[in-house]
Amino acid sequence: MSEVAIVGVGCVGFQPILPELSYKELMYEAAVKAYEDAGVDPRKDVDVFITCAEDYLEGFSIFDEFVPDQLGAVLRPLFTVSGDGLLGLANAYMLIKTGHFDTVVLEAHSKASDLLTLMDVIAFALDPVLNRPLGGHPYYVAGMEMNRYLHDTCATVEQCAQVVVKNRKNACGNPYAAYGANMTLDQVLCSDMYFYPLKKLEISTPADGCVVMVLASEKVAEKLTDKPVWVKGVGWCTETPNLETKDWSKSVDTRLAAEMAYKTAKIHNPRKEVDLAEVNDLFAYKELQHMEALKLCACGEAGKLTEEGVTARNGELPVNPSGGLLGMGYGLEASGMEKLLEVVLQLRSEAGRRQIRDAEIGLAHAWRGIPTTTGIVAVLSNNK
Amino acid sequence: MSEKIKDYRGEALKSADFKEGRVPTEKCRPKAKFAWSAGIAIGRFLEELKKGKIIASTCSKCGRIMVPPRIYCENCFKPTDGWKYVKDTGTINTYSVSYLAADASRLKEPILVAIIDLDGASKNMGLIHKLGEVDKDEIKFGMKVKAVWKPKEERVGAITDIKYFKPIKEATP
Repeated sequence: MSEVAIVGVGCVGFQPILPELSYKELMYEAAVKAYEDAGVDPRKDVDVFITCAEDYLEGFSIFDEFVPDQLGAVLRPLFTVSGDGLLGLANAYMLIKTGHFDTVVLEAHSKASDLLTLMDVIAFALDPVLNRPLGGHPYYVAGMEMNRYLHDTCATVEQCAQVVVKNRKNACGNPYAAYGANMTLDQVLCSDMYFYPLKKLEISTPADGCVVMVLASEKVAEKLTDKPVWVKGVGWCTETPNLETKDWSKSVDTRLAAEMAYKTAKIHNPRKEVDLAEVNDLFAYKELQHMEALKLCACGEAGKLTEEGVTARNGELPVNPSGGLLGMGYGLEASGMEKLLEVVLQLRSEAGRRQIRDAEIGLAHAWRGIPTTTGIVAVLSNNK
Repeated sequence: MSEKIKDYRGEALKSADFKEGRVPTEKCRPKAKFAWSAGIAIGRFLEELKKGKIIASTCSKCGRIMVPPRIYCENCFKPTDGWKYVKDTGTINTYSVSYLAADASRLKEPILVAIIDLDGASKNMGLIHKLGEVDKDEIKFGMKVKAVWKPKEERVGAITDIKYFKPIKEATP
């Protein structure tokens, strides 16, 4: 079976708002960059196009139908994955693994600024009979999870705040990041209490942007580029939609998704083998909880490692050198693609001042946000 | 319904049972509001409608004059090269008579909808719009039509700045 490589990337944004471009124009610009990077002509060289979008976030029914023109996919095979970009990556990976397709284009974007009632739409994902009638902002779900996580692991609020300081600082070195900032621990700790014990500055802010990638089979990849980034394993998993019964302490879905990806990628000791991890940090505590689920450290250890600087960009295990969602901005279904983009740039040694020396294996992780229990993991390497 | 079973246990629900709350239900109206950025191409298009003009974008590679305009040619996958006004007259490509509203209620006056290939644009390029000042039985394929604009002060930069298209009366010799 052929290996699968990422051979081209293109990104526009991320910025707090991109009002000058329509979502179609945003996608077009990212696509042009990705095709240029890969050296492919979408009208001739691409077998399948995949876009990742949720109708409700776009404001269109059957969003697939609005996609072909701006990707060069008119009259070509195309489908939409109604989920995070990393789930699209899993689909692209499988298509190429079948041996029937050599080149696949993957797209995900966020036009969060077009959605005037984002939180109402997120609230609409809560169970309509049992949960929604209670009212309140849907992010109280994160408050409850953070509370139980801190209680069970003895991680501290200072350690959570340190995640924010680290990620916003990392974002200062990332031209694709919307919210780079030099902050102090106190600034985070003194920010408004929103959903006890979750504070304002521990919540990622939405941003607009788009990422397009070109994937190829081994045979095509090696013709196109001398810097392929190989997808060594993918995994995905969903726990349960019942908030009443889900695990409030651990991210079980991410754990199982990671095990699935590690098995294919033949990763036996993630902590030692992974050189950098791009982990979902929609809320600061989530980075810690996800690190543990991804077996990058023992349960309850992530906070301490963060405090000691182990997860800093120049630490022993850099986590979210891109700035994460806290620093880059929350890109809705493109959130996983923000992670994937950073891993690709790092493994190609193209991360500029964020570059991690001798990075060979990178991990990209996505979680679909409140109120979901879906985790997706991809393991990538610059060695076939 | 099986013929063997003549008597069902329990009581059949009536609509009054729902109306009067004897059957528990939960109602919710989603609050989803969007404001889509028009972008470079459609933004310009809407500005021009406000001025009473229809603008297209052009591709130098395939030579198409494309309306509604876009910033890329989807066939050549390259950026467009310029702008060009097209006429507010055109030809009916296809049409229908919509007797129903979106909620499937019957309209008092049916809506006449048509695809109008605009003069000056490339083949199969134009607008979808309504027809007016014409009886539904008089509409024909290939019929020449012209835009009827709202008065200047009422135009806001929307597709409805054109009220409808009406047939162009052939000059009688």
